[in-house]
Amino acid sequence: MISFLKIYCTIIFRIIFFLTATAASLVAQENSDCLGCHGDRSATGTRKGKTISVFVDEKKFSDAIHGTLTCISCHADLEGKEFPHEDDLKPVNCGTCHSSEQELHTKSLHGQAIARGDALAPDCIDCHSNHDILPAKNPRSPISPLKIPFLCGKCHLEGSPVQKQRTIHQDHILENFSESIHGQGLLKKGLIVAPNCATCHTAHSILRHTDPYSSIARKNIAKTCTQCHAEIEMVHRKVIKGELWEKEANVLPACIDCHQPHKVRKVFYDQGMADKDCMRCHDKSEIKSSKDSRSLYVNYNEVKLSRHLNVSCSQCHSEVNASHIRPCETITKKVDCASCHAEIGTQYLKSTHGQLMAKNDANAPICKECHGTHGVLGKSDPKSSTFATNVPVLCARCHREGRKAATRYTGDELQIIEHYTESIHGKGLMKSGLTVTAMCTNCHTAHSVLPHADTASSINPKNIPATCGKCHHGMQEQFEQSIHAKLVGKTDKPLPVCADCHSAHTIRRADETGFKLDIMQKCGRCHEDIAKTYFDTYHGKVSQLGYTKTAKCYDCHGSHDILAISDPKSRLSHDNVVGTCQKCHAGASRRFAGYLTHATHHDPKKYPFLFWTFWGMTSLLIGTFILGGIHTLLWLPRALKMQREIKKAHLKKEEPQEKQEKDKDGNSNN
Amino acid sequence: MEIATTSTGEKEFLRFSRLNRILHILMIVSFISLALTGMTLKFSYTGWAVFLSHILGGFESAGIIHRFAAVVMFGIFFTHVYDLFRRKRTEFGSWKNLFLGPNTMLFTKNDLHDFTGSLKWFLNLGPRPQYGRWTYWEKFDYFAVFWGVFVIGSTGLMLWFPEIFTLILPGELINVATIIHSDEALLAVGFIFTVHFFNTHLRPEKFPMDIVIFTGRMTLEEFKQDKPREYNELLEKGKLEENLVEPYQPIVIRSVKIFGWIALSLGFSIIVWIVYAMIFAYR
Repeated sequence: MISFLKIYCTIIFRIIFFLTATAASLVAQENSDCLGCHGDRSATGTRKGKTISVFVDEKKFSDAIHGTLTCISCHADLEGKEFPHEDDLKPVNCGTCHSSEQELHTKSLHGQAIARGDALAPDCIDCHSNHDILPAKNPRSPISPLKIPFLCGKCHLEGSPVQKQRTIHQDHILENFSESIHGQGLLKKGLIVAPNCATCHTAHSILRHTDPYSSIARKNIAKTCTQCHAEIEMVHRKVIKGELWEKEANVLPACIDCHQPHKVRKVFYDQGMADKDCMRCHDKSEIKSSKDSRSLYVNYNEVKLSRHLNVSCSQCHSEVNASHIRPCETITKKVDCASCHAEIGTQYLKSTHGQLMAKNDANAPICKECHGTHGVLGKSDPKSSTFATNVPVLCARCHREGRKAATRYTGDELQIIEHYTESIHGKGLMKSGLTVTAMCTNCHTAHSVLPHADTASSINPKNIPATCGKCHHGMQEQFEQSIHAKLVGKTDKPLPVCADCHSAHTIRRADETGFKLDIMQKCGRCHEDIAKTYFDTYHGKVSQLGYTKTAKCYDCHGSHDILAISDPKSRLSHDNVVGTCQKCHAGASRRFAGYLTHATHHDPKKYPFLFWTFWGMTSLLIGTFILGGIHTLLWLPRALKMQREIKKAHLKKEEPQEKQEKDKDGNSNN
Repeated sequence: MEIATTSTGEKEFLRFSRLNRILHILMIVSFISLALTGMTLKFSYTGWAVFLSHILGGFESAGIIHRFAAVVMFGIFFTHVYDLFRRKRTEFGSWKNLFLGPNTMLFTKNDLHDFTGSLKWFLNLGPRPQYGRWTYWEKFDYFAVFWGVFVIGSTGLMLWFPEIFTLILPGELINVATIIHSDEALLAVGFIFTVHFFNTHLRPEKFPMDIVIFTGRMTLEEFKQDKPREYNELLEKGKLEENLVEPYQPIVIRSVKIFGWIALSLGFSIIVWIVYAMIFAYR
């Protein structure tokens, strides 16, 4: 009935309009008169002093929905004017015909903004265009359902002046919408019945959600959603009595409490529970579990300050049944973080921690051991237990010597916490407070923690260069070009990676004396002979005394970029070796570089002249000592004998004197 | 009072000139310094070497001490050579007199005779030879120093200035020089602190030390006993008297003995250390 009336009115209106128009045309202008000038592509005019094109495409105009109208139908101020008319026409008033839309628009946010003189505020032509207006059903129309998000997006896209400069309470509207089930339906699947912006916000009566007349006001939201989700209240009947849903929406959860605007996801909330329903009981501090009498009190403020402030209770505590008096009594499973953090969950299950949990090991750490529960904070929050400076303390809870993880451990990395704290990384993190310093999870990963023997482990020798390279990228690049890395696959001998020289938890500054001296032993673990012979030379002997000034392995060979001597790029290649010597011995020449830095006098084949020099000198030494020794050993007993003879001779001389003295003594005594 | 006059009043035979005594004292200081600093490097794999190296102020200051002592040693050597030239001019008149005179440092037939005589005496097969001014073992020690200064000194210079030497010589010769320098030094140190110590200080008639090298003086009785041939020759020629001098004050003797003890103990310590390093820590 209503629609009939509408059509009737429209027809009547059109007839009247046509008649007046024709009447006017008698006096004034046909469209052809206007197009006489405006049909010319180069036609220009001025508006507020600016030169603009005043070309009107006749073809487009005649194809457009207003193609049947005359120019002066809209440009009413030109009616009866002489040609050529003056510049600066009055704005076209669409409301002449579209009065109801005009009225809604005027009251809307957009209309209010125009009234304030906001330059960014959209008027009719910003959405509908002017001469070539097409009906919404025409897919080429900017207001066709598929194009509306782009139309609104002109102003409401993140980063646009409107989003930046005006108070818009939602962010990433377009992105969120396009990812939502509505957006995916519309944009990906091309379902033109899927809601677009205007479906919820209306086309012209766009108002704040706080405005009671707004289609997205809390009171009205159910009505808005039920435009499409007809009888959705039937679905929710178990939650709320259907009729209350519309009548007393203010006391009941509205659609958006569970299905956030723009973000409506294809998530099945186990029958939407509002947090406040949970908090009715869990807000009480005395509430306890009937099974094990642990406290079931939940500090809701903690949740609201946590990373999960926008996550409702029932999203984690799934399986609630809202139709029960105690909706939570149907819960059988513990909170499974992986239902949202799926990827991390998979990583965790593969890790040693996860494997222990799968075995129901009492020592296995589960998510909450590290992340906490309701108060979970992001790792960038200094208060979080997973904040960089707190991680060593966190891991130490189990991995400190004597704690449950340390007692199970059978490897040879002992006192890891103490060692780490004293290491360069530990000092950087704990003493200097550098949060970019490597800590436990930087090397071991947070969720894929595996023993080094596991090839998937970040600390497996195969993966260590990449792990260290996350920070020490330059070193990794050098190392991967080095002989140690190049030999991979070419030798079955174990090749060194970062930790073999730098250790795992006792990493020291490389410019520390202790490290510089220690590194030679590290090289010597594989290069046994060459290290031994190095210690037979001056360089090695001084190093052995504990001084770092003489050349050590890396001074000549390089460290991370070490190459085979046969490689022309090596520091010790024929072309480079003199330069390498010159680093310390400024006057070094080609002959100087012929010094054998790893010489041994024990190898007659490799170094015959050293071998024979040594044995020549040794023979001289032994010969001299044999001669000298025999001479001395023969002499000693004879000299002792001579000494006794001399003493005897002395005694004989002194005897008479002594006798006299004794006699004297005897006399005086008497 | 009577005793004091007899012990200080009795004139003593002057065996060593002032210059030779000074040179020998300098030689001791320089030799022990060279030995200590050099051995820390040679036996750097022992804890003792590390300890000593730190006491000496690190390898660099040990190196400075070593080079300084080496310069002193060269100085001693060249002073002695200069002194020979001087004495040739003033005392002997010609090289022939210096080299072929009765008190020559060169080995003579007589030394061979003394050597065989000594061996016989050691084995109770003959009397103690009538040793002259310089015995064959003293001459051996004297030439050992010439040999040592030449061998250790030349290789030492190569190690001190390798850049200069390798302008002409191949780099491997530095390795050779290292071996020669080090082993010849071991021989010198080992020989001086054992054989020389016994021959001059530790043999029973001199035990625990003979301070004649510091004072230059020995009692006539000791002179007669130790160098009977020289004593008799001087007596025959009536020249004994002109070689007699007043003995030193007891304070000088005591100081000299303290110095002697320090030198002896350092020498023995080095021997103990070398034996330890060679036997227990050799690599």
